Amino acid sequence: MEFKVRITISLKEGMLDPEARAIRHALQNLGFQLSELKSARVFIVSLEAASASEAERQAVQMCERLLANPVIHRFTVEVLG
Amino acid sequence: MRFAVLRFGGSNCDLDTYRVLTEVCGVDTDLVWYKEGLKRTYDAVIIPGGFSYGDYLRAGAIASRTPLMREVRRHAKEGGLVLGICNGAQIGTECGLAPGAFTINEYPKFICRQVHIRVENVLTPFTSRFRVGEVIRIPIAHKEGRYVAHPEALERMNANGQVVFRFCDSKGELTPESNPNGSLEYITGIANEQKNVLLMMPHPERASEEILGSRDAKRVFESMIDAVGAGSAVTTGRGG
Repeated sequence: MEFKVRITISLKEGMLDPEARAIRHALQNLGFQLSELKSARVFIVSLEAASASEAERQAVQMCERLLANPVIHRFTVEVLG
Repeated sequence: MRFAVLRFGGSNCDLDTYRVLTEVCGVDTDLVWYKEGLKRTYDAVIIPGGFSYGDYLRAGAIASRTPLMREVRRHAKEGGLVLGICNGAQIGTECGLAPGAFTINEYPKFICRQVHIRVENVLTPFTSRFRVGEVIRIPIAHKEGRYVAHPEALERMNANGQVVFRFCDSKGELTPESNPNGSLEYITGIANEQKNVLLMMPHPERASEEILGSRDAKRVFESMIDAVGAGSAVTTGRGG
């Protein structure tokens, strides 16, 4: 079966995110009132797997082996269907 | 004695490094395309700077997962010297050759300029020709060069002399202005525990000839040559 999985890679709590900071300043300059902005990177992956849990397991491996750097990142995996 | 300079798609400091090794330092050196693999035993492997695979995903992430880098990890494990410069340093941390990560600069833009760095440890095969605390002038050129590490890893590295270079001012002082990318504790050159791997963001190959403005960093390569010549690096017998 084909599954679609959403992988979200974000920085660990406390990690400096210079691009998010620059974007937050730009939004504030446009008059938006915001105290915090966090960025994340999203991958939508379509893959073959026997079950949803197998699809999730494969996506977690993708994160561990390439998509995330454990020094700075955390990740979440959601099977969309 | 033979060195290798690796080439990935997007490496662009490979020929500068090759030139310094062969023409300035006189070392037999092979340029090794990543698909060829390490076909022989090398005394030192140099991962040069550039933008391997367009810096897609994270700088160094994709090159670090190639079969060639598995061979480089094995070479390092057997005691062979590995020098990662700029993108080569990013590739090196991405595949765990030394702790921590080089990530996006504190002010998120590309910085290309001369900086000063201080030599923190001279008991490595890369720095034996320097004095402790010596300040050298060398260029940086990167957008993802801010060093970060877990606090426990940092503590171990400091205790074990794995911090090899720190950004500093011309007098060797660690001032906020002298830290161009916001690196943790000004760190910009790190070694593995055994000290046969050095990963550094500044470009020694661009500071090895007077005509380019500085030859302060030529001694990185000369130190490596000394180490190989003295046999302090384990250089032979892959798998033997």
